[in-house]
Amino acid sequence: MIRYAMVIDTTLCIGCGDCVVACKTENKLPAGLNRDWVVELTTGTYPDLKTEFRSERCNHCAKPTCLYACPTAATYRWQDTNIVLVDPNKCTGCGACIAACPYDARLVMNEGYVSKCTFCHHRVEQGLDPACVSSCPTRCMHFGVLDDPNSKVSRLLATRRHKALLDETGNEPQVYFLT
Amino acid sequence: MREEILITVRSNPKIDPTVGIWGWHVIADLFLVGLTAGALIFTALVILNRREEQFSFTANRLPLIGLISIGLAMTFLFLKLTHKIVFWRFFGAFVPTAVMSWGAWLLQLVILAILLLTLQGLRGGFPALAGIVDKFRIGTLALDMAEKYRRPIAWASVVLGVIIAFYTGSLMTSMEARPFGSSGLMAPLFLASGLATAAAIVLIGTRDAGERLLFSRTLFGVVLFKCLLLGLTLANLANGSRVQMEAVQLVFGGEYTQLFWLFFVIPGLLVPLAIEAFGLRKKARAGWMMISPLLVLYGAYMLRQLVVDLGQVSGHLHYINTYNPALLELLR
Repeated sequence: MIRYAMVIDTTLCIGCGDCVVACKTENKLPAGLNRDWVVELTTGTYPDLKTEFRSERCNHCAKPTCLYACPTAATYRWQDTNIVLVDPNKCTGCGACIAACPYDARLVMNEGYVSKCTFCHHRVEQGLDPACVSSCPTRCMHFGVLDDPNSKVSRLLATRRHKALLDETGNEPQVYFLT
Repeated sequence: MREEILITVRSNPKIDPTVGIWGWHVIADLFLVGLTAGALIFTALVILNRREEQFSFTANRLPLIGLISIGLAMTFLFLKLTHKIVFWRFFGAFVPTAVMSWGAWLLQLVILAILLLTLQGLRGGFPALAGIVDKFRIGTLALDMAEKYRRPIAWASVVLGVIIAFYTGSLMTSMEARPFGSSGLMAPLFLASGLATAAAIVLIGTRDAGERLLFSRTLFGVVLFKCLLLGLTLANLANGSRVQMEAVQLVFGGEYTQLFWLFFVIPGLLVPLAIEAFGLRKKARAGWMMISPLLVLYGAYMLRQLVVDLGQVSGHLHYINTYNPALLELLR
């Protein structure tokens, strides 16, 4: 399995939300539905407060519980990669994947089927970055193949301190945050 | 301090502010499937012990109630699906890692088993209905066949009853992302609850004193066992992972405390247990004895309601969402 990863530098992210807008535009998402979002984390005690911005989405886990829980095999991996997609023609909207995802990263489309971030696989297929990565004004988002030691994401993770969300779930999330 | 705020709009329906993808349809489905499981087990045990004449309601009438229950459960399940047009996809694949896929296929066997159990008891339990079925050649053949193979059907029904009741609990257990329900004790707890609902139905329906006494004892034992399992489930969660410990706090001082104890444990478990205990010592009035099974049914529904709701509320992430969805309407 080829592992694609997204690496987000939280020291550069300013929380502008351009990634959210780019995703909505690229994927023509209807009003009120979002595949990505930005979280502002504040830690510490006043006046020693620390702020971190995180652009979040589906983590395209290497061990995706949503895929394992889907009873109709509507959730699948794209072309033997870790990119997890949903086939609307197979999705019944039973909600098992939503219940199984610890990141609450899935959503129900107005038509009734479940949807989620696709890492813009239609752009990846053409050698482009996902829309959120391309649109980031601070260039804090990076995308690439994790299994290639020379890729930007591999080099960043090899040299910088990083974390992934809810690593303890064992899902092996593939969105990393440089801290 | 540690505060995580969503600073861009996130208001995905049924996801925000907390996951609410499974509502009353699923809760009613779990309740009714539990009732069917209990009906399968009790009817089958009566048949296997050759006590059909002694416990005629359980042997002949209870299966029809189970059949209606499973029919309603399937209807609710269908209504719950948000993309109904492809509902048949449940039967287009078998996904061994998906508990719901197991359920979809097992339910077909359960429907067949409860249908056959209903047919074997139709002539004895519902003669008028059996008369209508008997008017058709295929109906007569089905009734004859079900009566002839009564015991093999009963054996299969016991096994399927236990499995399907376990399935309803396992569905909760399998969702590690929903910590309150992810205890391994959910399967036996849901089995005990299913047995209690079926026993309650017998107590409501039967007119036979002997059958009433047996199921009064059964109900007392099963509800007592259910209390024990519930206590162990809470202890299991309290000794679990960080998110499980946080989840169980919802009923120990958290926002679900009153609902859990005052509206579930006391009226749905302890009161019927006390009534049945007094009844078995012949110290309870007949009126109270009718209330007890109704409270057991209420308690069984509430158990599922709480497990599903608390499971969805107790996720891994707790972002503060300051977005007001009503603002969207102003833009339209």
